[in-house]
Amino acid sequence: MSETRVVVEVMLKPEILDPQGRAVKGAFARLGFEGVADIRQGKRFELTIEGELTADRMAALETLAGTLLCNPVIEDYRIVSVEGAA
Amino acid sequence: MTSRIGVVTYPGSLDDRDAARAIRAAGGDPIALWHGDADLPDVAAVILPGGFSYGDYLRCGAIARFAPIMEQIVARANDGMPVLGICNGFQILCESHLLPGALTRNDHLHFICRDQTVRIETTNTAWTADFSAGQEIVIPLKNGEGGYIADDATLNMLEAEGRVVATYVGTNPNGSRRAIAGITNARGNVVGLMPHPEHAIDALTGPTTDGLPFFTSVLTSLLASR
Repeated sequence: MSETRVVVEVMLKPEILDPQGRAVKGAFARLGFEGVADIRQGKRFELTIEGELTADRMAALETLAGTLLCNPVIEDYRIVSVEGAA
Repeated sequence: MTSRIGVVTYPGSLDDRDAARAIRAAGGDPIALWHGDADLPDVAAVILPGGFSYGDYLRCGAIARFAPIMEQIVARANDGMPVLGICNGFQILCESHLLPGALTRNDHLHFICRDQTVRIETTNTAWTADFSAGQEIVIPLKNGEGGYIADDATLNMLEAEGRVVATYVGTNPNGSRRAIAGITNARGNVVGLMPHPEHAIDALTGPTTDGLPFFTSVLTSLLASR
């Protein structure tokens, strides 16, 4: 059976404060790595989808990416890659 | 039956029993609801309790929003049924788009647990009718992701329409925009609240009994709307 691998990234919108990214940035400075202007922390989803990823299923996937995987009030999603599509 | 108030238990809910106890203390009949049931029994109002839900993976309340019980709760809420979401319940209401905005990690990144002074900003909701406007109360606040955020247009709209239900008094405990502790929908039947009134209904176990009017308010509102 054919498989398609889809990678979705979710990031906080630029205007939303990211306290976790800020804390990681603080750790960089403490560990002696200077010059980090900003760190933003996000999420990466790797989906392995069985069968053909038709246009309809891709549209349904986009809907779920925009409702379940991200909260559009504070986050944006991006489909990073689609591999193995027929 | 206007005194039957449902309390949903999700996998990870902590405060469902205290919410049921608060309903009983106010004179209502708490009805236990299960997240996995698609049918909503005969209840006049619903409380989404605090704690956690589905591990709060993705975001707090993000998966709970799609729980089978939520479909009917959202539909009934849009028809005017009173719904109160406390803490994780507030997060679920925002994820469900019954309330605008979102709740994010506390700006200082620490979990917070303390008795918090809160000002009741409007009595024009199903859940705050028994307070007086401007009344200051002390109830527990305990959250890791209680920072209320929305864009400026939404915040201005909430303030202009009198939909800010409660604000934090003194130091902002979690970075919430405009010190917002709770909001309501346009109709005033859906209220989300980050602090916990259900833990402040009994002098033996709570800092005060200041939380009780949230639960008597809904019974009053339901009687008035019969």
